[in-house]
Amino acid sequence: MTKLTPVLSAHWDEKDSFTIEGYKRHGGYTAAAKALKMEPDAIIQLVKDSGLRGRGGAGFPTGMKWGFIPQGDNKDHYLVVNADESEPGTCKDMPLLLANPHVLIEGIIIGSYAIRAKYAFIYIRGEVTHVVRRVQQAIEDAYKAGHLGKNIFGSGVDLELVLHVGAGAYICGEETALLDSLEGFRGQPRLRPPFPAIAGLYARPTVVNNVESIASVPSIINNGAEWFQAMGTEKSKGMTLYSLSGHVANPGQFEAPLGITLRELLELAGGIRKGHQLKFWTPGGSSTPLFTAEHLDTPLDYEGVSAAGSMLGTKALQIFDETTCIVRAVLRWTEFYKHESCGKCTPCREGTWWLVQILKDLESGKGTEADLDKLLDLCSNIMGRSFCALADGAASPIVSSLKYFRSEYMEHLHNGGCPLDPQASTLFEKAGV
Amino acid sequence: MTTEVVDMITVVIDGFEVSVPKGTLVIRAAEKLGIQIPRFCDHPLLDPVGACRQCLVDIEINGRPFPKPQASCTIPVEPGMIVKTQLTSPVAQKAQEGIMDFLLVNHPLDCPVCDKGGECPLQNQAMSTGRGESRFEGKKRLFDKPINISSQVLLDRERCVLCARCTRFSEQIAADPFITLNERGALQQVGIYQNQPFESYFSGNTVQICPVGALTGASYRFQARPFDLVSTPSACEHCASGCALRTDIRRGKTLRRLAGDDPEVNEEWNCDKGRWAFKYVTALDRITNPLVRDSSGELREASWPEAIAAASLGLKGKRVGVLVGGRTTVEDAYGYSKFARVTLNTNDIDFRSRVSSDEERDFIASHVVGTSTTYRDLDRADHVLLVGFEPEEESPIVFLRIMKHVRKRALKVSAIATKLSRGNEKLQAIFIAVAPGSEAEAIAKIELTAKSVILVGERACESAGTLSAVVALAGRTNAKIGWIPRRAGEPGAIATGAIGNLLPGGRPVSDPAARVDVATAWGVDSLPTSAGKNSDQIFASAKTGELDALVVGGVDPLDGALASEALLALDRAFVVSFEIRPSAVTSRADVVFPVASVTEKSGSFMNWEGRSRLFESAVEGSLQRSDVRILSMLADAIGKPITLNTVKSAAKEFATLSKWDGARASFTASNSKNISVTSDEAILTSWRRLLDDGSLQEGEVNLAGTARKSVVVISPKRASALGVVDGDNVKVSNTQGSIILPVLVENIHDDAVWLPRKSRGAHLLETLGSASGTLVKVGKA
Amino acid sequence: MAFLDKEQQVMDSIIARYPRKRSAIMPLLHFAQSVDGFVTNEAIELIAKKLELETAEVSAVSTFYTQYKRKPVGEYHVGVCTNTLCAVMGGDAIFAGLKEHLGLENDGVTADGQVSLEHIECNAACDYAPVVMANWEFYDNQTVQSAKDLVDSMRAGNPKPPTRGPNELHNWKETSAVLAGLNDGHANEGVQAGDASLLGLKISKKGAQG
Repeated sequence: MTKLTPVLSAHWDEKDSFTIEGYKRHGGYTAAAKALKMEPDAIIQLVKDSGLRGRGGAGFPTGMKWGFIPQGDNKDHYLVVNADESEPGTCKDMPLLLANPHVLIEGIIIGSYAIRAKYAFIYIRGEVTHVVRRVQQAIEDAYKAGHLGKNIFGSGVDLELVLHVGAGAYICGEETALLDSLEGFRGQPRLRPPFPAIAGLYARPTVVNNVESIASVPSIINNGAEWFQAMGTEKSKGMTLYSLSGHVANPGQFEAPLGITLRELLELAGGIRKGHQLKFWTPGGSSTPLFTAEHLDTPLDYEGVSAAGSMLGTKALQIFDETTCIVRAVLRWTEFYKHESCGKCTPCREGTWWLVQILKDLESGKGTEADLDKLLDLCSNIMGRSFCALADGAASPIVSSLKYFRSEYMEHLHNGGCPLDPQASTLFEKAGV
Repeated sequence: MTTEVVDMITVVIDGFEVSVPKGTLVIRAAEKLGIQIPRFCDHPLLDPVGACRQCLVDIEINGRPFPKPQASCTIPVEPGMIVKTQLTSPVAQKAQEGIMDFLLVNHPLDCPVCDKGGECPLQNQAMSTGRGESRFEGKKRLFDKPINISSQVLLDRERCVLCARCTRFSEQIAADPFITLNERGALQQVGIYQNQPFESYFSGNTVQICPVGALTGASYRFQARPFDLVSTPSACEHCASGCALRTDIRRGKTLRRLAGDDPEVNEEWNCDKGRWAFKYVTALDRITNPLVRDSSGELREASWPEAIAAASLGLKGKRVGVLVGGRTTVEDAYGYSKFARVTLNTNDIDFRSRVSSDEERDFIASHVVGTSTTYRDLDRADHVLLVGFEPEEESPIVFLRIMKHVRKRALKVSAIATKLSRGNEKLQAIFIAVAPGSEAEAIAKIELTAKSVILVGERACESAGTLSAVVALAGRTNAKIGWIPRRAGEPGAIATGAIGNLLPGGRPVSDPAARVDVATAWGVDSLPTSAGKNSDQIFASAKTGELDALVVGGVDPLDGALASEALLALDRAFVVSFEIRPSAVTSRADVVFPVASVTEKSGSFMNWEGRSRLFESAVEGSLQRSDVRILSMLADAIGKPITLNTVKSAAKEFATLSKWDGARASFTASNSKNISVTSDEAILTSWRRLLDDGSLQEGEVNLAGTARKSVVVISPKRASALGVVDGDNVKVSNTQGSIILPVLVENIHDDAVWLPRKSRGAHLLETLGSASGTLVKVGKA
Repeated sequence: MAFLDKEQQVMDSIIARYPRKRSAIMPLLHFAQSVDGFVTNEAIELIAKKLELETAEVSAVSTFYTQYKRKPVGEYHVGVCTNTLCAVMGGDAIFAGLKEHLGLENDGVTADGQVSLEHIECNAACDYAPVVMANWEFYDNQTVQSAKDLVDSMRAGNPKPPTRGPNELHNWKETSAVLAGLNDGHANEGVQAGDASLLGLKISKKGAQG
């Protein structure tokens, strides 16, 4: 008996799963119709009761976020969906939107109604043309069906939904940077307070939710909080998408209750690719400290991963086997953070610039053991010192890799370069091309 | 004075308690204790941004510590807060050292060739709270350096620490977001859009607040080391805003001027004219010795006694008019005022060397002198109405103050003007377009409250009835009036009575009690009783011979309404000129006295609020030849002394006369005159731009490079009638002359045509003999 | 090239989507690229005018985001993911192979203007690594050879279709219009999901049956 619980992905195997007809075939938009007959506060309470927590990485309770929006303030409210999915390793929201954009729209209708927003936005990363097409088409079809626009579902409620396409900036996944970007500025994080719930988009009360969080709402409305709570662990309720990638036999998406372990997931994915062993992995994207084989049985829920010294993040499980050079892997991630640093604050902007240079030297065997200590010292001057969490993420792989693989760094120095063959870690090692 | 109740919060910083108003940022509470937390992006007048992270400190609130150090520039104090700075927290100290380490990664460390060296916050704080030596051994990012982002500001991106002070200033304070952050990450850099230079009237402030040597002023670059300069607090002589300045001098020469810190007036800002227009003082053609016209008609250098004797001979017992000019200090103006009455026995004195009117003179006597409208009134205003006044062009710090409230609390601004200006666009002003001459009608329709302020410019006098309508509006609504002339000396000249209907302290000439008051103070039997001639009448009388002689201060005869008449008058009359450089007056004068410039004398200006702006001589060993001292010598020679041998004595004596409890002059309303226009005609309208061909800006080529381009502005309707589009040349002409400039189609009253009053290629008074309110022809050139 | 009236009308309709004008700056920049292929000065000036901004404010935004190009790119813009996971699994080899094959460096464009090459960061398709994007369409599970074949097909004017995308690869300008939020009518083409996306679902169904 498998532990998998496909809810969001339940009908992805149907050819027209992304169309409004395909969605409605399985009860699509009935949750919205139902919700619009409820009191908005009752919806917020239901989502609170369900225990749904943000699926974008931080795990903040979704219902509580909605509850922060001041009511009766005579201000415009906004719901903004964060579809900027860019954290290295993270690849759940894009296939979700490709296969079923309507579930997000339905969630938006419910969420907007709950927080009394008449305008909602989907901020989607710009490098996914076909996903943009699917979402755009779905929005247009939802308008035609009377699910968006004026007097939706004949309820008297109005809702405008705009798809806003990004243009290549990882930092826009940070919610306040996303809001600045959506307002037409450079996507740099804002000072908090004020928090978006008080002064978000256009300085109005705003909820920013991840795609998967909002997409989970229709099922909660239809099935109830208890149904959702029945899945998962004590403080991490419900099902979620785990994305396995890298050196596994069969990478892919696995929708399972929170708390499943990598050992269980690896079994489903056919294990590490044949003839190889697990070396290290990320539990939730590159910003979450690395795990090794010793963490195979760590429950992949918010508390379990955190107790083991990392973060659940986006549940992006990137699996690397013994052919992978840790220094190369870490250098690449560091280069990513350098490229994506917004430039606003000193430690992130200058720190990532510096870290890359040291790591490059180390990869090519230049430097001394003192450079490893310098790396750690620089990381300690970056972590918790920068404006937002991006730079914390940059330091994570470095610090955790030095914790588990310091000797491999040293080997580079003794060896005068990388002791491993990069060709061996490619998927086409044998074919050569 | 009203006392406002402020909630105070007590916090502990490094073991010391301090009480500060609620909302105070931790970094500023620490300053109150004398604890300097290092910082770069923080600036008290800019919104907090928390970008540089240099000011990290440890904080706990009611026993709960923050898990990580906090940026003290973004966190307001809270009750129960305990702060540990670098002085008491090893964590904060390490955090700060770490940030400094990062800041030096990409900084070129070219201090030995950097203008900022010696006064550089990065250099200073690296030494005081940094590690001393950089641990970075890698490659620094490289940029071309420096690049001109305007003709007066250079940008060295390698030195920049990306604190965003300059970009925030430009956006938040000046509302000129011409410089922005570009690119991102370590390649993030300050820059302009390539086709739009940093041509903001306030750009120099960014140079001043740059905490490194990234932004430098073209005119100061490579000129000096800060430790070679002698700094003197000073007051700006350019306009009536009244900025506090700092003048930096080396070996008797001004090398730069900076905005001074006066929270009640200019806060910490000034305009580029005030900052960068000072070379006129050291111009090569400065007059250094008295000049006397000899029997052959040539002006030649003379000794002081000879010049005094010649002037005395020409003035004694003659009918003399006194033209003071709008740029004198309070003390000098007082000297002219007393000299006219006591020595020359006349009220024929006027400081207004510009277009003026008798309606204005009455308005000044009844509604300007002795009243007090201030910046504070703008801070509290519910609505600011602008009449004949373009604050950004004519009093830039007033503009900044209004802008501040527009941004922070959406202050309502309305502008009655002939043309919508960029400044008023930035203020989001409600633009009430009027044809020149129709201002009064528009004013009559305005609703204000007792908390409103009407800011009236000197140009309001150019349309008859406008000031009368302002008086009626203020009377009807109890709104306050603030009259703001362009020139720095005018408010002081009014207060000292350098005008024909007023004696010092705003005493009406027509009031016998006032005359007795002043006569007693001056130790004379009586004072002339009837109101004197205005400046136009003085010139006209000198031209016809009704006046024999003129005493002329810093006056450009071409700034008045009767430019050509004025020159004829100067040719005919015996002229005693007080000047610093050759001018149209000195070339026609019989005696020229070389006077001190502002840097060479002490004294004071009075700004538009009536606030005294004292300054000391910035040049060491200056002879301090203030006009008043020379006037006093001359009065002695004539035999009717004014006994004002020093600036101090003038200041002291004026102080005893500066208040008057008696009745103010009354005001008689005037009617407006509408002007009718035929299809190929337009009514001329204009104003002076901040940066133009003004005499105090001569020689400042870098500054001039950022002046707004000269254009003729017409309405879309007129443009389509003429068949012209932006950039086409049009000709504006009357019987006296014509001007051809590119056209700009903008929001202007259909009946009007606007030109800059005295910019390159557009000297209206010289060429057209008029600057406003007269009919001109407008055609395709 | 000046923006035509009808193009300006599209720009106005983009602005009208938003409660506040300035929000339209990003779609307008995408749209500008659909007209000119990259962000021209003229586009910056026009957008500034339409949004009542200073030109510096628009250029500041345009330089922040990597998808806005300041010089022409190829008809087909190829991005090879070289973030850690893709790099390790073959992305580095693919990028090196394409550079050599096309004779280009990073950000280069072939002389015929058909192909430009860029290494990109994680594109949210890690379960299909190594990933190549062309005009931001997915080309999953690439090898050095398949990537070379792909760019060859582009240079031949007959590009291979994306793995998860429309039936054919659309050119850069057409793509930019989609990113500006203009529906090109191809949403219903292509697979609803790739195999990796369906893996868990299939196992679950199999488990339920067994």
